[in-house]
Amino acid sequence: MSTIAPVNQPTQPVEPDDGPATTVIKSWKVPVVLGVFTVLGILLLIVFGRSGTSTMALSTSSDLIQLPDVLLPTRETGVVISILLAALTAVSAWMVQTRRKVPVWLIALFGVLLLIGFLVWASADARIPVPGLLFGSLSLAVPLIFGALGGVISERVGVVNVAIEGQLLAGAFTSAVVASVTQQPLLGLLAAMIAGMLVSFVLAAFSIKYFVDQVIVGVVLNVLVTGLTGFLFSQVLAPNAALLNQPPKFERINIPLLSEIPIIGPVFFRQTLIVYIMYIAVAAVYVGIFHTKWGLRLRSVGEHPQAADTVGINVTGTRFWNVSLAGAVAGLGGAYFTLGSVGAFGKEMTAGAGFIALAAVIFGRWDPIRATLAALLFGFASNLQNVLSIIGSPVPSEFMLMLPYLVTIFAVAGLVGQSRGPAASGKPYRKS
Amino acid sequence: MSAAQQPGTTPASAAEPTEPSRWHNVFREITTGNAIISVLAVVLALLVGAVMIAFTSQTVQETAGYFFSRPGDMLSAVWDAVSGAYSALFQGSVYNFRRPGFADGIKPFTQTLGYATPLIAAGLGVALGFRVGLFNIGGRGQMLIAATLGGWVAFALELPAGIHMIAALVAGVLGGALWGGLVGLLKARTGAHEVITTIMLNYVAFYLVSYLLRDGFLKTPGSNNPKSPASKETAVFFDLLGPNYGLHFGFILVIAATVFTWWLLSRSNLGFKFRAVGENPNAARVAGISVQRMYVYAMLLSGGLVGLAGINQVLGTTTSGFGAGIDSGIGFDAITVALLGRSKPWGVFAAGILFGAFKAGSFSMQAAEGVPIDIVLVVQSLIVLFIAAPPLVRAIFRLPAPGAPRRRPVPNVTQEVTAK
Repeated sequence: MSTIAPVNQPTQPVEPDDGPATTVIKSWKVPVVLGVFTVLGILLLIVFGRSGTSTMALSTSSDLIQLPDVLLPTRETGVVISILLAALTAVSAWMVQTRRKVPVWLIALFGVLLLIGFLVWASADARIPVPGLLFGSLSLAVPLIFGALGGVISERVGVVNVAIEGQLLAGAFTSAVVASVTQQPLLGLLAAMIAGMLVSFVLAAFSIKYFVDQVIVGVVLNVLVTGLTGFLFSQVLAPNAALLNQPPKFERINIPLLSEIPIIGPVFFRQTLIVYIMYIAVAAVYVGIFHTKWGLRLRSVGEHPQAADTVGINVTGTRFWNVSLAGAVAGLGGAYFTLGSVGAFGKEMTAGAGFIALAAVIFGRWDPIRATLAALLFGFASNLQNVLSIIGSPVPSEFMLMLPYLVTIFAVAGLVGQSRGPAASGKPYRKS
Repeated sequence: MSAAQQPGTTPASAAEPTEPSRWHNVFREITTGNAIISVLAVVLALLVGAVMIAFTSQTVQETAGYFFSRPGDMLSAVWDAVSGAYSALFQGSVYNFRRPGFADGIKPFTQTLGYATPLIAAGLGVALGFRVGLFNIGGRGQMLIAATLGGWVAFALELPAGIHMIAALVAGVLGGALWGGLVGLLKARTGAHEVITTIMLNYVAFYLVSYLLRDGFLKTPGSNNPKSPASKETAVFFDLLGPNYGLHFGFILVIAATVFTWWLLSRSNLGFKFRAVGENPNAARVAGISVQRMYVYAMLLSGGLVGLAGINQVLGTTTSGFGAGIDSGIGFDAITVALLGRSKPWGVFAAGILFGAFKAGSFSMQAAEGVPIDIVLVVQSLIVLFIAAPPLVRAIFRLPAPGAPRRRPVPNVTQEVTAK
């Protein structure tokens, strides 16, 4: 898909080399960013290093296989990690120097090391429950992942989906009401999908039929759903809370055997039904988009609708139904708020999750797997603060809260760079 | 009301035979123009709001139980609920008939203008971004940084009146411009998508301000409240109509900002480049415009205008010290305002006043009739949605399309066409 001529944002000549035709563009971006983070890491881990012992609890009390706590001497671990960070930076610089591409795993390894270093530093003379940290991260990431999947589907087919927030909120509201009335969380889930779909219908109708700017419709739909759910909440739900706003939550299901794997089990396989649906959804969207006829058509409509039309694909229909599908997926994420985590519906309970999901879509470069990883990163970052505030963090909590967003800015600016979405995303298709 | 009139009038005018008269043309121009669409969009949105109010009203629900035996009860209940809510909305935003004399009655309108002031300023900023093809969702962060810097100048420095105000104003606008310009710089230098960076900077600004309020230079000495000290009298915007009216110098500034933005976009060299980049960055680059530089300039100016909204909050609306919620969602409302104003400066100005009226009226509507403020969000968003889709509004009211060939004035032709 990146072989198509640049339409939206032309590739910017980063460093024009006078090499042969197959130039590997020498971009020092990655080493520079890694270098900055290494310096920050050294500052934190060595210059402002803390002494003591950091304890990482790897097992929960209910685990069958109990792993012992890992005890790390804080300062020494910091030094080791700093050296490793510096080494990785040097490797990346060497790779760029010899015109090689810096592999993604190197950057990922760097990030993980930096994270471990930070955790060790923050937990000097304290104990971090690692499974709890990861479990909470996943919980916070679930709606983001659903939202991001919805965003990926919608944008891949050529409709910018800024309305993720609205779809999440509509899903949360509807699932709460339906599940409370019927006492069936499954019906609530279904209702959430329908609600998300309805929001998408409006998005699709206005952007595909009436050629309204898709960003406009998206933004306005967010406001509309916020107002609608807020209004109905105050007028209808709040007075009859017992009847309309006490949804039964999904029970946690422990998957036999898998749930007993140390660390991974408690985090991934002791979850509710919605989370298991999420695993399937991520896989399904990935396989669907890149390995099926449906996905090929979807992408062709998003990249070059004229060409798709020429070979007989119904552009309008494809867009309409896939945008609706995207809404249904995002609606599931909304249901997680009311049926999975929080319980009763509250005004504006999604609190900007849809916008974070949108950021995850772009951060993940419109790829379902990468977007999921980005959403997990956001979830982890928000949960990290929760955990650190319990063990008593040495930095003001506000800076901890700020960290994920700062890291995202750095990452987007330094590593992701100019991300280019599907070429025809945001452009209405007029058959001529 | 006009919902009932419009379909009726179309065949009536079509019935005038053979004379393609001036009146006919005038009528066509009115029914196909943008103005009528806007008016009808508002009417339509208010109708939807009315339906919502009626459906959720307690008395309507009670009377609906015996609708078939006494339908009048329910209809009058619907009328009471809807007219009560909308008259409260009107009286809270435009003119209060219950107060004696014009001077008192017009007070709500000055409040409307007061609420409109920051909406217009921030709306202009967002609209400017739209014109350059940038989606500035970072109004919240830009307002917060503007309020922080401007607020600090306003409460910490000792300066003579007037100069103090200007200093605070400049500090605030600069703060917003820096926070916005950072986004432009990141986009220009690294290609980072502005939607991500503005959202992220919103959070960064929020937590930064929260920290500063709790433990930094914004902290009120001897208080545990996360709230800044009050702005000094010398820095506060002076009232335009005396202390009883909610109108201050900020409104004049916003008018000036609107004129400036209009001049910038449609009369200046820079504005021409802005619009060229917004229309087609590739063509603009080919024409020799530095697209990257335009992104930086546009975000600086956009952030500065949003910063004006932020400083307006500190020096005009909440002068008694501010918390981390000083932006009160204006950064996001501004997006809707900019959309409703179609990213044109005077359009934004009008849209800002309309939204200001809704904001002012919604409080009195909630107080008087118990209708939640959220209904205003619904009405506002529907207005934008309808205005953005003229064909939909035309279809609902059976208006002719602007380019459509004139129908032959044969009676009943409209029925046949619509029956198909």
